[in-house]
Amino acid sequence: MTLSHFSAALLFSVFASVVFGITQRNNTRDQIRYGLYCFAMFVGGVIVAGWVMWILRR
Amino acid sequence: MANPSTTKNEPVAAKAPAQPITVMSVLAPAIGWLIPGAGHLIQKRWIRGLLLMSSIVIMFVIGLLLEGHVYQPNGGDILDILGFVGDVGAGGLYILSQAMNWGHTAISHATADYGTKYLIVAGLLNFISVADAYHIAIGKKP
Repeated sequence: MTLSHFSAALLFSVFASVVFGITQRNNTRDQIRYGLYCFAMFVGGVIVAGWVMWILRR
Repeated sequence: MANPSTTKNEPVAAKAPAQPITVMSVLAPAIGWLIPGAGHLIQKRWIRGLLLMSSIVIMFVIGLLLEGHVYQPNGGDILDILGFVGDVGAGGLYILSQAMNWGHTAISHATADYGTKYLIVAGLLNFISVADAYHIAIGKKP
């Protein structure tokens, strides 16, 4: 199996966000919101880190 | 004259009563460690249990498919020991991978290192899932 760096990070974000959402909040609505927040933070962090590395490489 | 009932060394708040040990408070974390998500399923949290199970199992399987490394208990190096602690969190999946001799190939490309991280994080996420199952069992969480 082969995954690109981005797709590997994306899959990682999905699974980690699901577990964080379920375990860190008490009711269903908060769980979904927190899961989505974690996913956004993971993916946002990947994109920001990617741009930082691109700037450093120039 | 000082009031003897209000000395400085006395704790301000009374200690919270200890949670009683029930069969479920022992069984749920144990089953949850062995089979990811099962700690929630035996407490009839069907959707949560299935989501946790699928997330952790798929993550572990992807880690193996990416040719990630499964750490051994006798690694020696401190990083290997930490890797083992993460891996062993996956419980039955780790035992199965050891029994089937999976994850013992040398890391030869970048995504294989991702695989190793997937395996470790799957185990760590299962530790969180086990703690959550325990909190449900003692009534701390609905």
